[in-house]
Amino acid sequence: MNLVYINSANGLSKAALETVTYAKKLGADVAVVTNGNAAAELLATLGAYGASTVLQDAGVDGQDPSQLVKLVAAAAAKVGASTIIFSHDLIGKAVAPRLSVRLKAGLVAGAVALPEADGSTKVNVFSGKAFGYVKVNSAVRIISLLPNSIQPEQTGGNCSTEAFDSQAGSSAISVKATKKPEGAIPLPEAELVVSAGRGLKGPENWGMVEDLAAALGAATACSRPVADIGWRPHHEHVGQTGVAIRPNLYIAAGISGAIQHLAGVNGSKVIVVINTDAEAPFFKAADYGIVGDAFEVLPRFTEAVKRFRAAQH
Amino acid sequence: MNILVCISKAPDTTSKIAFTNGNTQFDENGVQYIVNPYDEWYALVRALELKEAQGGNVTIITVGTASDDAVIRKALAIGADDAIRIDALATDAYFVAMQIAEYAKGKGFDLILTGKETIDYNGSQVAGMIAEALELPYISIATKLDVAGSTISCEREIVGGMQEVEVQAPAVISCAKGMAEQRIPNMRGIMAARTKPLNVVAPAALEALTTFSTYSMPAAKSSVKLIDPNNLDELVALLHNEAKVI
Ligand SMILES: Cc1cc2nc3c(=O)[nH]c(=O)nc-3n(C[C@H](O)[C@H](O)[C@H](O)COP(=O)(O)OP(=O)(O)OC[C@H]3O[C@@H](n4cnc5c(N)ncnc54)[C@H](O)[C@@H]3O)c2cc1C
Repeated sequence: MNLVYINSANGLSKAALETVTYAKKLGADVAVVTNGNAAAELLATLGAYGASTVLQDAGVDGQDPSQLVKLVAAAAAKVGASTIIFSHDLIGKAVAPRLSVRLKAGLVAGAVALPEADGSTKVNVFSGKAFGYVKVNSAVRIISLLPNSIQPEQTGGNCSTEAFDSQAGSSAISVKATKKPEGAIPLPEAELVVSAGRGLKGPENWGMVEDLAAALGAATACSRPVADIGWRPHHEHVGQTGVAIRPNLYIAAGISGAIQHLAGVNGSKVIVVINTDAEAPFFKAADYGIVGDAFEVLPRFTEAVKRFRAAQH
Repeated sequence: MNILVCISKAPDTTSKIAFTNGNTQFDENGVQYIVNPYDEWYALVRALELKEAQGGNVTIITVGTASDDAVIRKALAIGADDAIRIDALATDAYFVAMQIAEYAKGKGFDLILTGKETIDYNGSQVAGMIAEALELPYISIATKLDVAGSTISCEREIVGGMQEVEVQAPAVISCAKGMAEQRIPNMRGIMAARTKPLNVVAPAALEALTTFSTYSMPAAKSSVKLIDPNNLDELVALLHNEAKVI
C-alpha cells in the first residue's frame, strides 16, 4: 500500500494532486491521509487520481509538524504502508524528516521523477546543477516530491472517506497571525513566473513586471540583490540561496544570469531572457532571448499577451 | 541561553560540479569549501545576536572529518564560543541528524538552530530529524526569531504566505533569509578563533538510511533563439505553438 499525506485545509492544491498521481504510478493501492475538515465530497474527488481511501483527522489543524508526524505514522500503521509520499513543499519539508526518524525509514527528499528500474530515485543536487539517484536502505521508504515534477492525471475511480482519530495529541505551536497576500500565486507552485533583477533600476518600476505577470496569470520573482536592497520581499528571491523553482515558463528581465541565480531556476522548462547586454550570461541558459531594454520590451510583451488571450476567446 | 548551531560545509557557489569514479562520487578536485550560507548568514549570526542581547553561549557542531576544521574555524571567527566536531564522514542526513541528537541529548540547549537546507544536497532534512529524535517542537524555514524568557517567537514561511508562531523552549528551528545579515569576520575574530575550543567527539554507532548510487548532469541547452524586440507577437506565438507553455 502507498500512503500519501496531503494538507486539504485550503482545498486540494495542485501539489496534492501531483502526489496522489505519483503514488498511483508507483503501482499498488493508494491511501491518503489528511488533516482538517475539508468536505467529504471534495476528498472523494481524489478517487479520480487513483486514491482508494482517504483517512481524515479533523482534530489536527496542521500547524505543528510534531502532530502531523503522529497522524501520518498512525495512518501508515493502519494501512501497512510500504511507501509514504509527501509534497516537498513547506509542510512536507517539516514533516517528512520527522517521519523518517520515527519510522526509521529512509527519505528521498525532493524527488523529481518516478523511481528508476534499480529502485533509486532522481533528485536535484547542487541546487539543480546536477542530479543524484538516491537508494533507500530500509524496508519502508518515504519520498517527498518536488512540486511541478509530474502533472496530475485522472485515471478514474472511486474512493471512500473515513474519519480517523490518530491520537496525535495537542499542538505545541501557537499561531499568532497569518499573512497571505490576496490572489497571489505561491511561487514554488507557479507554472509561469515573471522575474526581474537590478536592471529594473528601482522598486517603482515593478508595475511593468506585475502587469505582465497579471496578463499571463504568473507569479513574480526577483534576483537576490533586489530582495537584499528591499525592492521586493524576500520570499520572491530565487536562486541558490533563495527559492528553487521549476516552472514551465521563466521570464527573466534585467537579470544577468549569475551562476547562483541560474542554480535556482535551471529546472524551468522554458526560459525567456530580456537583457540590454547581448553578452549577459543568462542568454546561454535561455530558450528565447530578446536583446533589448526591459522598459520597452515588458509593456510590449504584456500587450502581445493580451492580444493573444483576446484572440483565444 | 545556550544555543547549538549546526553547521555544514558546502562547496563554494561558483564551484565546478563534476563527478568521478563512474559518476558515483562528487569530484572534490579544486573545490573550495565554505560554511553553508544558510547556516552561517542566518542561524549563526542570529544566535550571536541573541547571545549578545541576552547572554549565554553559542556552540557550533558539525559531523565531519579533520579536513572540515578550516570551515569550523571560519564559523568560530564569526563569533561562536566553541565547536564540536563529531569525527565521522557525513554519509546521509539521517546519520548526521542522529549523531547531533545523540550529542545534544541531556545537555540543556535552549535552542538548536540549522540553516534551512544545504546548498549541495538541498534536502532540508537535518533539523526535522533532530527535532523528532529529541522529541522537540520544530519550526521550519523561519525568517525571524526572537526569544523572551522561555517563549520563542518566529515568523515562518507557509504555502503562499507567512505566519507568526510561538513555541516554548527548547525547540529546533531552521533558519532562512530575513532573520539576520551576513557578518564578515574581522582580524580579531580570526585570531581568537585559533584558540577557541574545538572538541572532537567519537561518533555513535549508527547506520545511514540512504545512499546516492549515481549522479548525472542535465542535458546541455540548445542555443538561444533571438527574437526581435519589436515583435513580441512572434514570441507569444512561439511560446504557444512551439514551447507550448502558454
Ligand atoms: C554565496 C552567494 C549566493 C548567491 N545567491 C544568489 C541567489 O540565490 N540568487 C541570485 O539571484 N543571486 C545570488 N547571488 C548573487 C549573484 O552572484 C548575482 O550578483 C546576482 O544574481 C545579480 O543580480 P542581477 O542579475 O539582478 O543584477 P546584475 O548582475 O547587476 O545584473 C543586472 C542585469 O540587468 C541588465 N540590464 C540593465 N539595464 C537593463 C534594462 N534597461 N533592460 C534590460 N536589462 C537591463 C544588465 O545588462 C545586467 O545583465 C549569490 C552570490 C553569492 C556570492
